[in-house]
Amino acid sequence: MIRLATLAAVALVLPGAAAAQPGVGVQAKTGPALYAAYCLSCHGIAGSGISSRSHPSGALGLRGLGPPLRGVGALAADFYLSTGYMPLQSPYDEPLHTASSFDRAQIAALVAYVASFGHGPAIPKPHPERGSVSLGLALFTDHCAGCHQVAAEGGYVTNAVAPPLHKASPVQIAEAVRVGPYLMPSFPESQISNAQLDSIIAYVETMKHPDDRGGWSIGRIGPVPEGLVSWLIGTASLLGCCLVIGRRYAR
Amino acid sequence: MLLLGRGRRRPRLDERPRIVPAGAPDPGAEWLVLALLLGAALCAAGFIVVYAFHELAHQTQYLGLALGLSFAFVAAACVVVGRRLVVSEELEEDYPLPGHPQTQEELEQLVQESGSRFTRKRLLLSGAGAAGTAIGAALVVPALALGPFLDTGGLYETPWRRGVRLVDESGRPLLLDEIAAHTFYTAFPQGAGHEQFGAPLVVVRFAPSQLHLPAPRRGWAPGGVVAYSKICTHAGCAIALFRKPTFPAIEPGPALICPCHYSTFDPTSGGRVLFGPAGRPLPQLPLYVDPGGGLRAAGNFSGPVGPSWSGVRSRPPRNPA
Repeated sequence: MIRLATLAAVALVLPGAAAAQPGVGVQAKTGPALYAAYCLSCHGIAGSGISSRSHPSGALGLRGLGPPLRGVGALAADFYLSTGYMPLQSPYDEPLHTASSFDRAQIAALVAYVASFGHGPAIPKPHPERGSVSLGLALFTDHCAGCHQVAAEGGYVTNAVAPPLHKASPVQIAEAVRVGPYLMPSFPESQISNAQLDSIIAYVETMKHPDDRGGWSIGRIGPVPEGLVSWLIGTASLLGCCLVIGRRYAR
Repeated sequence: MLLLGRGRRRPRLDERPRIVPAGAPDPGAEWLVLALLLGAALCAAGFIVVYAFHELAHQTQYLGLALGLSFAFVAAACVVVGRRLVVSEELEEDYPLPGHPQTQEELEQLVQESGSRFTRKRLLLSGAGAAGTAIGAALVVPALALGPFLDTGGLYETPWRRGVRLVDESGRPLLLDEIAAHTFYTAFPQGAGHEQFGAPLVVVRFAPSQLHLPAPRRGWAPGGVVAYSKICTHAGCAIALFRKPTFPAIEPGPALICPCHYSTFDPTSGGRVLFGPAGRPLPQLPLYVDPGGGLRAAGNFSGPVGPSWSGVRSRPPRNPA
């Protein structure tokens, strides 16, 4: 009994450690139950967030565990859950695009519950078919290519990875542009209008299956690696030919 | 084509004495060469066939494969011809023996006497020296184009001065109320060229409590809006990356990052270098808000704009006359 109480106390003091792995043990179906099982430990009761400011006593001197979710709306909740960014194993990890641990019904229930915390934007409905790929290229170059590379292959910023976009669905791209997940800036409609967003998505969709005329894309990052590869392969095969054709003289 | 090859033939020249030693005929090698050449012909024909099917998937790859194989067959045929059919022999050539001492002396005498017509040997030699030096200098001088060396004045000139309005790429003035946090803007001086070195700015907004600007720059950020030169102080690339934490308590702090070598600057503390090869902070532009709510420069940058050349680090920027 004492051991059980100790475990419970540790679980309360170290909420990050208590973040249960989805699919293990808990069979929650409703939004509040799922939230309690997977989100509450970091995002607090009813999305109030846990930071050193909201909890000044600071359990074990933690600087914070999770941001408040009031007013983030269905848009942000759907993005973080459908991409598998959340739940995170540790709040200090960088969220990465993985297969979601939840099924569609669970995501929908959680999104509805998180959206009920406060007035926030709804899940967007992009129309990439209305966009122009060439305009999308120009906009993508202006706003996105600095981090994600012009071919949407992803890249790096100091301390983090800018993910490749080939796994992102049109809705997820539209959500990410407005949310600015993790270290990405967010882009309000005054900077990227919904029509421009359609073009950007059309461009990213095109870059998922680009027309690689040469066959091997070599990362699509330009002539330097292409030249390097052709020189290495070309020089190596020419050297091989020399060895076959030539003859070594004994001295 | 093979049948054509059976036509007229020149009479064989048997009566002359041979220079190249006779080798044994090798019908196997001949058949091999023929097979390789036929393979080359087949591949080349395949190229034409693939070329005809326009809507074939991966057509470019098949074209390359066909042509490449064809060339490879021809090359293989040439190798077989060279190694097994052309008669070859090995000859070893010795280094020439040193000449006769008397011949050497004659040669020295020849060289000396050949110059007997020169009367102004030194003058001509210095002329040759001048020509050589000038040609060498002509080859070296274009290296100056690698960077400003003699005249770095242009690096200090910026179009920014008190009262110049901040506009976006399309020339629309930036208003304080339209600048949102968590994103970044590129701004230019109204009425100046975008290409000018000191022109482009990166503008970001923070809550005033997030800013820790040095004391003399307290009034430079109206409403928490800060503006920095968009040109990196390391190698002059554009600062195209803005790192914005969603939950600043545990995520890396806000930063302006250059994608070329990842020089990382802190926009909340006056462009301090956080990481990377940049040697000095990003120049900050003081701002103020005009009565119409528009953002304007309150002066010139806090330091020289652009990459750091020797001597550029200390002098403050100025406006062109």
